[in-house]
Amino acid sequence: MELDQKGTAMANLTINGKKIQVDVEPDTPLLWAIRENIGLTGTKYGCGIAQCGACTVHVDGVAMRSCGVLVSEADGKEITTIEGLAAGGKLHKVQQAWIEHDVPQCGYCQTGMIMAVAALLKDNPKPTDEDIDGAITNICRCGTFAQAREAIHAAANA
Amino acid sequence: MNQHVMLNRRAFVIGTAAAGAGLALGFNLPFGGAVARAADGSPEVNAWVVIRPDDTVVIRIARSEMGQGSLTGLAQLVAEELECDWSKVTTEYPTPGQSAARGRPWGDFSTGGSRGIRGSQDYVRKGGATARLMLIQAAANEWKVPASECSAASSVITHLPTGRTTTYGKVAEAAAKLSPPTDVKLKASKDWKIAGKSLKRLDTADKTTGAMMYGIDFKLPGMLNAAIKDCPVFGGKLKSFDEAKIASMKGVKKVVRVGDSAVAVVADTWWHAKTALDALPVEWDEGPNAKTSSETISKWLAEGLEPSQAAFVGNQNGNAMAEIARAAKVVEAVYNYPYQNQATMEPMNATALHTGDKLDVWCGTQNGEAAFATAVQASGLPPDKCDVHKLLLGGGFGRRGQSDYVRQAVLIAKEMQGTPIKLLWSREEDMQHGFYHPVTQCRMVGAFDADNNLTALRMRISGQSILARLRPEAMINGMDPATFQGLAPSGEAAIGYSIPNLLIEHSMRNPHVPPGFWRGVNINPNTIYLESFMDELAHAVGQDPLAFRRKLMAGHPKHFAVLNAVAERIGWDKPAPQGVYRGLAQVMGYGSYVAGAAEISVTDGSKIKVHRIVAATDPGHVVNPAQVERQVAGSFVYGLSALFYGGCTVKDGRIEQTNFDTYNSMRISEMPKVETVLMPSGGFWGGVGEPTIGVAAPAVLNAYFAATGKRIRSVPLRQQNISFA
Repeated sequence: MELDQKGTAMANLTINGKKIQVDVEPDTPLLWAIRENIGLTGTKYGCGIAQCGACTVHVDGVAMRSCGVLVSEADGKEITTIEGLAAGGKLHKVQQAWIEHDVPQCGYCQTGMIMAVAALLKDNPKPTDEDIDGAITNICRCGTFAQAREAIHAAANA
Repeated sequence: MNQHVMLNRRAFVIGTAAAGAGLALGFNLPFGGAVARAADGSPEVNAWVVIRPDDTVVIRIARSEMGQGSLTGLAQLVAEELECDWSKVTTEYPTPGQSAARGRPWGDFSTGGSRGIRGSQDYVRKGGATARLMLIQAAANEWKVPASECSAASSVITHLPTGRTTTYGKVAEAAAKLSPPTDVKLKASKDWKIAGKSLKRLDTADKTTGAMMYGIDFKLPGMLNAAIKDCPVFGGKLKSFDEAKIASMKGVKKVVRVGDSAVAVVADTWWHAKTALDALPVEWDEGPNAKTSSETISKWLAEGLEPSQAAFVGNQNGNAMAEIARAAKVVEAVYNYPYQNQATMEPMNATALHTGDKLDVWCGTQNGEAAFATAVQASGLPPDKCDVHKLLLGGGFGRRGQSDYVRQAVLIAKEMQGTPIKLLWSREEDMQHGFYHPVTQCRMVGAFDADNNLTALRMRISGQSILARLRPEAMINGMDPATFQGLAPSGEAAIGYSIPNLLIEHSMRNPHVPPGFWRGVNINPNTIYLESFMDELAHAVGQDPLAFRRKLMAGHPKHFAVLNAVAERIGWDKPAPQGVYRGLAQVMGYGSYVAGAAEISVTDGSKIKVHRIVAATDPGHVVNPAQVERQVAGSFVYGLSALFYGGCTVKDGRIEQTNFDTYNSMRISEMPKVETVLMPSGGFWGGVGEPTIGVAAPAVLNAYFAATGKRIRSVPLRQQNISFA
């Protein structure tokens, strides 16, 4: 991305299939560009240091913690947020399973967890419990893990 | 979930005139034929129930939803008595300002102490039943038949002799003009059709799409964002800051002194505000606590364990001191429990708009009325010019019962009148400016006679009181009764053992770190102390921990029943699988009886795998079994996270942990299988959000002893190099 004299640049982000030019410093975390500059607030701030996973999005199909990705690193890449997970007006199978199993409690961490699970199932359509343990490392303080595990298996078998 | 509709203030003012303060909650007499209306004009049958012409039933929920599911549970209770069509139910929050203006028709908004359901079940059910009778009466009036010939089901009213029907939506307007009946009969729980069932939550769908709005997501046109730093040492003050250094940074609009201890940067975006705040040179007056550390606090608390130190007596019978002095055998141990942060996933935040003559605040809060009172006080405006609009909480766990962040947001907004300000704390600010689970130590002494009968138990707790700091009006002659949760002689947190000579005391020592309510509050340490020590006593006389407890529980049948239930389900009388060890614990808290049994294995003495938990709960009544099961399982996540990873330490007067890298939380790989046994015995209403957390840690610690022969008396395990496998 090109810097102007103030150190700002127009980042070319592709968010949920739409190309968007964002006037933001290149060292801004992608999380804050998504939430504040683009206005999509389903991606949550939890820690800012890539520990909790509440801000998980897909960057070129890979689940990443957007608080730890700079806008400059996301420039030109395909980014999917929770708002873009449903396709053609139909919820993603992970979202459907989440609803069927009534997974969320407070729900704040759940959009990030759903994004992590959606990426897992794309790479590993029938994950074992061990696969889930290794791939899903999101913090949930309410403790939705048992229902989340059920919903992951249900989505895998959907 | 449908967005909580802002109610129409004018409509409420009409209702207010007739609402005598202190009348039965929610039942305002109509005033001059005027009907209180929701914002869309739909009539309010009473304060709890609004019915739209299309038969949508809007149920008002005064308590806050923070994940615990009581929004759905309370709606189930109203709908049960209302006899409405559950598929047409939606909910909305009234505001604390409206409540104040109307004479508190919705009662207490406070959502803590596991009171959401048990504290309001009676009056919300009456709200539903009263509305049903008024709707039936309105239909009967229209048909010119006696109401006794009509009945209602699924929002349809039927005149039984003729089979004629109408719907709630058609008669709501007329019903709203009727005087409410005064004596309504509530259903017995055995007749419930909507309550008592595992209905799906009403607020799930938007939580899976990103559409759910939490406080952090709230926006207004022209809104600016604030980041804040409070003095890192509690009790310290803001001395000075050099705003010229950041004035030219991108997006910065203003630097604001907030009270006497904090500074905030206001900018176009929060990221700009936070970046500038991090660059702002700030000088603090750290005050008298700047040298306090965990070590100095620990030393002070240890002094309080000595019998010579003054203490409040929370429970006593017989003469424990004399019995211990002449015992055949004495067992003694000292335990401790650290500070803990609630660490809600959504950091503290609030949005405030102060126009000079009016204030509105939007935030997640566990206590709408306290947030309102704080906002009024900070705004300098009269109460009828202020309101607080509640949004969904990204976790509460007791932290959002405090309104410190509301006060800060209002003070900033007051400096920037006409501009909406969203204040958001960084995770670091959140970790270092909590109201922490209080720190305590405990000396346990048990005495046996020559036949190995337990003759005396003495328990000396030393440490911090929550109420002394946060609710001094609830103290009893200087004593904090909440310190004795799970240990009291009677009431909603009573001890489950009869011991001939008993003495339980609290030597109060209040360090400068602010204490607060933290899921389960004092049953966390108290159940570790008592239930670990009951195990120690059993082993000291070579008895089985379950059999040892049972002998002391004859006079406590409900405690006994839940303990037996987990023992039976986990197979206590049969050998555990190879390499697996078991532990038990029980407690009463928040009006409910709970017990837990854990199966664990231990590798190299330091890696614990929790395989299986069985948890039994008798809360009297269960409104939504699926949600109760989630509260029970979630209690193990929160309780075991605190046991393994928690513990906030103090250095140079401040909390050392700053984020989830130093204050970690359990992940899905560490989650045991939790089997829940719900055994409501009726006759009382207990809470479910908190009691189970009491047994989470001691059940695992007792299993750890069974596995290793090593007794752990200090939390967290990470400080002893013990971790999840």
